[in-house]
Amino acid sequence: MMLIYILKRLVYVTPVAFGVSLVCFMLVHLAPGDALSAVLPADATQETINEMKAAYGFDKPLPVQYLIWLWHVLHGDLGTSIATGRPVLGEVSRAVVNSLILASVATVIGFTFGTLFGFVAGYHRNSVADRAASALSVFGVSVPHYWLGMVLVIVFSATLGWLPPTGAGPDGSGNWRPDFDHLRYLILPAVTMSVIPTGIIARTVRALVADILAQDFVEALRAKGMDEFGVFKHVVRNAAPTALAIMGLQLGYLLGGSILVETVFAWPGTGFLLNAAIFQRDLPLLQGSILVLAMFFVVLNLLVDVMQTALDPRIERA
Amino acid sequence: MNAPITASAMALDGGVLAPSDVAPEAAFVPSRGFWGHVGHRLVRDPVAMGAGALILLIVVIAILAPWITPMDPYKGSMLRRLKHVGDATYWLGSDELGRDMISRLMLGARLSLFIGVTPVLIAFVIGSAIGILAGYVGGWLNTILMRTIDVFFAFPSVLLAIALSGALGAGIFNSIVSLTCVFVPQIARVAESVTTGIRKRDYIDAAKLSGASPLTIMRVQVLGNVVGPIFVYATSLISVSMILASGLSFLGLGVRPPEPEWGLMLNTLRTAIYANPVVAALPGVCIFVVSIAFNLFSDGLRAAMEIRQ
Repeated sequence: MMLIYILKRLVYVTPVAFGVSLVCFMLVHLAPGDALSAVLPADATQETINEMKAAYGFDKPLPVQYLIWLWHVLHGDLGTSIATGRPVLGEVSRAVVNSLILASVATVIGFTFGTLFGFVAGYHRNSVADRAASALSVFGVSVPHYWLGMVLVIVFSATLGWLPPTGAGPDGSGNWRPDFDHLRYLILPAVTMSVIPTGIIARTVRALVADILAQDFVEALRAKGMDEFGVFKHVVRNAAPTALAIMGLQLGYLLGGSILVETVFAWPGTGFLLNAAIFQRDLPLLQGSILVLAMFFVVLNLLVDVMQTALDPRIERA
Repeated sequence: MNAPITASAMALDGGVLAPSDVAPEAAFVPSRGFWGHVGHRLVRDPVAMGAGALILLIVVIAILAPWITPMDPYKGSMLRRLKHVGDATYWLGSDELGRDMISRLMLGARLSLFIGVTPVLIAFVIGSAIGILAGYVGGWLNTILMRTIDVFFAFPSVLLAIALSGALGAGIFNSIVSLTCVFVPQIARVAESVTTGIRKRDYIDAAKLSGASPLTIMRVQVLGNVVGPIFVYATSLISVSMILASGLSFLGLGVRPPEPEWGLMLNTLRTAIYANPVVAALPGVCIFVVSIAFNLFSDGLRAAMEIRQ
């Protein structure tokens, strides 16, 4: 049954994935002017322009360009960055690792605090703790995170001098390593990014817990003499599939949405890469990084779906 | 810019169209109708009313800004750069080019609200149209429209907004276009699910039997019942839209200098976080306050509409 379900999901995801690739491909052609005008000198001869166009395949009709591009992509070739001349795949992979570290840590922080607040609020509805948790979740979804990042830099770097304001490590390199020095660079951006998932997870878990506690089976458990901890375990088991699914989706959103926070902290991830690609008008790099991020999100969605169905026997595998 | 956000506007808007499916009250007490109840409940929600009043105040300031700013928001002075909050002349300090902060924040409300609210309004119209069409017609049209929309759901909204405006290039128009593209699929999906939900209701059949044309049914029975929920959903997007729109300007993809816009101001003031941290953080406070006000108002509206359940 489960296998059939997974296959069905795969069949459903395939056209979406093609659609995503089409959107990424078309992005470049939305751009005013053509992809090469930004890198070619203003006084380039027609001959040079034609030569470059042929080299990048821009002289062929669009559908042909798309199919060629797709063929290369399916073989792991995302093209060459116009600005640096290096393969896009390498640039993107390096950045994705850094972004993934940041997004994962932020998700873990968000999940921990979100479930904590959510449980407390759900168990004690309309109490002070509940109102605090609600306020926190409204704060989490309303705060412009790039501004929060700036405020944290102002407080912890500019004023107190406790933590470094930007970068991923003391050596200024683009690679993050799991040691104490590098950890200090991770704290501010991770905390900044964790605010949104904290708010969303707290809100969801609160509603879930309150909903579960109001159900008849909880009353039955208590009636047959189960202690509060035993009931709590039942609540956790019932809330877990949805909470984990939300967490998975938040990881995807953070990975794709980290560009603003990464820009504030000069974190060498995909957001930073995208920013560079946009302002240098490096369209292959832009196309490639967006494709990788969107595909990551598609796959993550699929995994979350499958995992949720596997964990929760109540969901029909239709 | 001036979204129909007041309760009375909503009552006027929907009161005529919405068939009254609220349980009849005691004899001789005329029913307020659905929107009447929603308005009544909303008015008694202090948080939502406070948020609504705040939004109204900011909108009024934004509209009147060119006439009420204490100083010229564009005129700088290199000798009076980065004055602190509480300065005798510059009440909220001055920016990195010596321009009066409070004047720029007031005028900035115009552009920030405009680029934040407009995409949601346009997406509300386009998304509702797509969603209602897909939901009401069903069949293959539904499949084509909704599967296309699924493709856009494969992009996290921040990524899609930045990708589109990055490709289109900087500017207010492009930033509004990209954000509209982000919200159309989200609104269309909600509109489709609401419409599919009511398509099989008895009153639609009753209207059909009474000889109403498909267009009339769509306008009266369908639109009257789906616009409310879609509108509430759309109001919940305004907060995100404000944050994203200012975020695009923050990245240099939206409004261009020297126009005052909160996100852009935040960006140019980043260089001043050591010299004058409080002033540097002010534009973000504005974005935050507006965003939280829209969220609270939208929450109140949603709560007020949960009468039917």
